[in-house]
Amino acid sequence: MPRVDTDRSSTQVQEEYGGSAERTKPASVLLSELVAHLRDNRTQLREEWARRITEAQLLTAMNKEEIFAEATSVYDNYVEALETGTFEALQAYARNLSERIIPRGVETHEVVGIVLLLRDVLARSLFAKYQADFTKLNRILDAYEPAANRIANTVAVGFVQERERIIREQQEAIRELSTPVLQVRERLLILPIIGVIDPQRARQLTEQLLRGIRTNRAKVVVIDITGVAAMDATVANHLVQTVEASRLLGATVIVTGLSPEIAQTIVNIGVDLGKMNTVGDLQGGIEQAERLLGYKVVPFAEAS
Amino acid sequence: MEVPILKQGDFLIATVQAALTDADLLHFRTALIQKVVRCRSRGVIVDVTSLDVMDSFASRTLREIAQMIRLRGAETVIVGIQPEVAFAMVQLGLKLEDVATALDLEEGLAHLQQKSESPA
Repeated sequence: MPRVDTDRSSTQVQEEYGGSAERTKPASVLLSELVAHLRDNRTQLREEWARRITEAQLLTAMNKEEIFAEATSVYDNYVEALETGTFEALQAYARNLSERIIPRGVETHEVVGIVLLLRDVLARSLFAKYQADFTKLNRILDAYEPAANRIANTVAVGFVQERERIIREQQEAIRELSTPVLQVRERLLILPIIGVIDPQRARQLTEQLLRGIRTNRAKVVVIDITGVAAMDATVANHLVQTVEASRLLGATVIVTGLSPEIAQTIVNIGVDLGKMNTVGDLQGGIEQAERLLGYKVVPFAEAS
Repeated sequence: MEVPILKQGDFLIATVQAALTDADLLHFRTALIQKVVRCRSRGVIVDVTSLDVMDSFASRTLREIAQMIRLRGAETVIVGIQPEVAFAMVQLGLKLEDVATALDLEEGLAHLQQKSESPA
């Protein structure tokens, strides 16, 4: 992300406007005048802004009071950023705000929209105030616009980053959840696979399975792929490799639940499944695994 | 580097303790197939737990050892292949076909015991 370099912007502004002696006031003075104006008209501008937000049908996920409360704190942070020229506080606030509103379904365009609305509302109030003195209005806007754009940028970037962070976390969680290696009996593991297998997931699956075989001292593993809709050549080959690697660790693998489509794909692409132990469904697979392990499941009545 | 070959009842246990050169491997192979008959062993366990790499020559030699020992009337089990090594081997196409494998020494012994009790 672009680092917010606060010093550069303020010195740049000062060089451009403060350096010229014939002009009336340096930019910093204009900026503080601007900030004072925004502070004085806080109530009115804030209300105007909240009204415009509702009008534009932004932040529909939030009610009126919430919008007004958030608008107030955004407004104050905004003015503070204008005044100090430092964006760290605003950045932190934007992140915090995003954290709160993302779970409520607020979209990126809404966040960008409200910040731009605030910019417009404030610009308009400046027009109104300085309409008599056009040169001064120009110079005030010169001081205001870069800072305001910078703020809009900071908030939008903060929001998008927060969103990306959440997506990354969720991906991670899904990945962890997606390959459970479960022990159903002593020395018998099952690995139910659901959903799409991409090469990365296939690799992770193999790693988890081999590690699981080692830690559980498994002799038989049932891999159930009932929940896998399709499989390409790479993944099918990977599956075969997983079966062979498991054998090197001394475990027998039974693959169950091959769908008709996958069976066709595998035969068509010519993956050698000859050495693979396949059973129609998970139940059959577990039964065969039990036979291999020497278990016999009998109903109570027969046993006694 | 010499690989120690220990007699344990009816079986021989050879533990490979570090990566072996090709010459070491051939020497190990000769020593093992001599000893298997001298000790009248019915099974051999080759423990590779401490190997973190298995190249094609080592893999082929292990397979040859298993085949030779079968000709000498005994069974071979390779034990202790690390998960990472196993997957790397499979990706290189080194699958140790027809060679029995087990998780660790204990499993290997159990496998041989079972084999010798019920000769297939």
